Amino acid sequence: MLKKLALAATLALAPVSGAFAAGASGHVENYDFSFEGPFGTFDQAQLQRGLQVYTQVCSACHGMQYVPLRTLSAEDGPGMPEDQVRAYAEQFFEVYDDELDDFRPARPTDNFPANNAAGAPDLSMMAKARAGFHGPYGLGINQFFKGMGGPEYIASLLAGYTGEEKEEAGTILYENEAFPGGWISMGPPLYGDDVDFADGTEATIEQQSQDVAAFLMWAAEPKLMARKQAGFVGVVFLTVLSVLLYLTNKRLWAPVKARAKE
Amino acid sequence: MSGIPHDHYEPSTGGEKWLHKRLPIVGLMYDTLMLPTPKNLNWMWIWGIVLTFCLALQIITGVVLAMHYTPHVDQAFASIEHIMRNVNGGAMLRYLHMNGASLFFVAVYAHIFRGLYYGSYKAPREITWIIGMLIYLLMMGTAFMGYVLPWGQMSFWGATVITGLFGAIPFVGESIQTWLLGGPAVDNATLNRFFSLHYLMPFIIAGLVIVHIWAFHTTGNNNPTGVEVRRTSKADAEKDTLPFWPYFVIKDLFALAVILVVFFAVVGFMPNYLGHPDNYIEANPLVTPAHIVPEWYFLPFYAILRAFDSEVWVVIAANFLTGGIVDAKFFGVLAMFGSIAVMALAPWLDTSSVRSGRYRPMFKWWFWLFVVNFFVLMWVGAMPAEGIYPYIALIGSTYWFAYFLVILPLLGVLEKPLPQPDTIEDDYKTNYGKSSTNAGAPAATPAE
Amino acid sequence: MSNAEHHEGTRRDFLYYATAGAGAVATGAAVWPLVNQMNPSADVLALSSIRVDVSGVSEGSQITVKWLGKPVFIRRRTPVEIEAARNVDLSDLPDQVARNANIEESADATDENRALDETGEWLVQMGVCTHLGCVPLGNAGDYTVDSGVGGWFCPCHGSHYDTSGRIRKGPAPENLPVPPAEFVDETTILLG
Repeated sequence: MLKKLALAATLALAPVSGAFAAGASGHVENYDFSFEGPFGTFDQAQLQRGLQVYTQVCSACHGMQYVPLRTLSAEDGPGMPEDQVRAYAEQFFEVYDDELDDFRPARPTDNFPANNAAGAPDLSMMAKARAGFHGPYGLGINQFFKGMGGPEYIASLLAGYTGEEKEEAGTILYENEAFPGGWISMGPPLYGDDVDFADGTEATIEQQSQDVAAFLMWAAEPKLMARKQAGFVGVVFLTVLSVLLYLTNKRLWAPVKARAKE
Repeated sequence: MSGIPHDHYEPSTGGEKWLHKRLPIVGLMYDTLMLPTPKNLNWMWIWGIVLTFCLALQIITGVVLAMHYTPHVDQAFASIEHIMRNVNGGAMLRYLHMNGASLFFVAVYAHIFRGLYYGSYKAPREITWIIGMLIYLLMMGTAFMGYVLPWGQMSFWGATVITGLFGAIPFVGESIQTWLLGGPAVDNATLNRFFSLHYLMPFIIAGLVIVHIWAFHTTGNNNPTGVEVRRTSKADAEKDTLPFWPYFVIKDLFALAVILVVFFAVVGFMPNYLGHPDNYIEANPLVTPAHIVPEWYFLPFYAILRAFDSEVWVVIAANFLTGGIVDAKFFGVLAMFGSIAVMALAPWLDTSSVRSGRYRPMFKWWFWLFVVNFFVLMWVGAMPAEGIYPYIALIGSTYWFAYFLVILPLLGVLEKPLPQPDTIEDDYKTNYGKSSTNAGAPAATPAE
Repeated sequence: MSNAEHHEGTRRDFLYYATAGAGAVATGAAVWPLVNQMNPSADVLALSSIRVDVSGVSEGSQITVKWLGKPVFIRRRTPVEIEAARNVDLSDLPDQVARNANIEESADATDENRALDETGEWLVQMGVCTHLGCVPLGNAGDYTVDSGVGGWFCPCHGSHYDTSGRIRKGPAPENLPVPPAEFVDETTILLG
């Protein structure tokens, strides 16, 4: 009884800490991402499209300093061939080299550069640093069923501009349906057809938003697929072990219980 | 070891005798493992093994993580990402450690509530209880300091708020806070000492765990009836007990395996569910997160801390009586630590002559209300301190203190307990003997 | 009856063994990650192969790059150095094995077997003295040509290497080893 209650309570009540992140939050659409659920995997084509959006749009202001460029060639990531990663790093990014005491073109062994020129936050862990879903009543039930909602929040935010803007204390704020409070200082980054997808996917605002959100989820959690696999193996193996231990325990206690019957 | 009469280790071969004369370690292990254990223990008696496992898990994964972690404000956050991205299996190890802390607290709360329900704290097991409370306090300290190490926003601001509690102590508070932090604010010195202590304290906990086990191996386990094992003779004791190995080891391991299935599901499929998103943002002393929330296992006490604001009459009274020394902030701190102190004093506050809640009809209700209240406090601790929530927190905190300071002492006088079984053997027979519903066990050939 | 008992016994034994076996496997599976986490991490492994741009290296000069935490000498030799290196009789060498990771282990220590390209213009070798691990000085020692071009000298205990990086005099037992290296394009050498 106690145990049941404790378990139920930890599942239902405990995550309030995570559930109650941002006060009055905006509307976050519960998109279906391929990597959701216990068996979800990244969609490699989507990650590559997302990388393209990040490179051509986001990286102008946002850095990604914790993500090594070489991981772009990860099998369970964007899966870019190594020579392409090298060319990509060289073409798009410059990093400061302590030994040279100067900037040089980036190599695969470097991380994406930091970039906070415009006060834009780093995007390395953005998909884990935001929670799209909360409650109800701080109980964390939504997060249990829908997930933490980081990528959903990012996608909703990018597609959530209404077009309204206002000036406040010298800065222009843009109305956004997903942003807590409703007004965000980042201007709308996407207008549709901002990039040309090589695979022919139409670059609508929604499409680009979801693709870059998926890419940022990979950037934040590159070991997601390996982790789920390890979790699955662990669960299956421990279930087998539980059954064996249950039977052993039952057999061990059988004579004791039989004696109690006499 | 004294206690329940049972067989002791007898060295047989020459080599065993040689060792036993010099170091009776085999005998010690034998006595520990073959401890006569009440055979009617139910499934709430498995948490000890789960807790031992958690301590081992946290120490092992922690030692391993420390090989890759850098306790410096400029590198701590990046070194965590290094673990998550570069170290072989690092993401899994870190998630195990992170969620291992949660499992640890799930188990310790279940363990404590079991003790409260079955009166495990009552004489002669007061020392076991007190040591357990010390372990619990150290666990909280260790978990708190561990949460600071990733140097995320919640790490930083959690550390700022919690060390700020010490600043509430009259006269010396600020000096104590500065001493704790190694400076005017949470900074590199703080991070370094927290890392050192976070590494040290689990080993102190391990030492206390040995004392905890030593203590209850001396008194013998409590059991669901609260009736003591007969010690009149070895034969009598054997009717009430079974050796810990293999009967309870296997039983506990089964329970542990089941719990680990859930644990691995959490680690594998939703490792950040119990964490806070803000901790994936690097600490920034210039920007406070919108809503600072401690980890879930601190929430009930956080609720108690916040419950007593300056408008509550006890706070006003305390303030008046002490000439302004005890203000609302300090009162909250006193209440938070007091809530654990009164729990530690339960052995002397509970006046009932009956140990187990099973035979205490009135106590049962108050106990379950206490459990519900615990979860309500946990919930309200995560809500903003506005609207109706402070009132709920105040009511919950009041009940917490009332349970230990008023209800437990009074119940012993007012309550008429139900009849208890004479022996553990009788209880066991009632459960497994007469009922023929136990069809699952076929006429097993008794190996007699 | 005894048959039934026996049957019961083996079934029980099997269950116990299966459980113990599964427990052992679980423990073993838990130990491996703890061991493996001490192996070089992905960022370290990524640096085990590096590309060196040698477009700026002119004839008669050398650069030192760090690879696997150790110095590597990349030298663009003059014809005089090459000639000096190729005119040495094998029997004059204390160590007659090429020590070149790119070719078979037992190859002779001819200069052709040590240089990176056929002309012998490029010489790539570890900058670690085979005696006790000091870093030898370039353009120094008894085997320089043209008074101070080519050759290496280890200042720690006085080992002299010739213009092919072969040990000629002093306590060092072996030639400077040649690491895995190749030209991936005109001006880029891939180390490792």
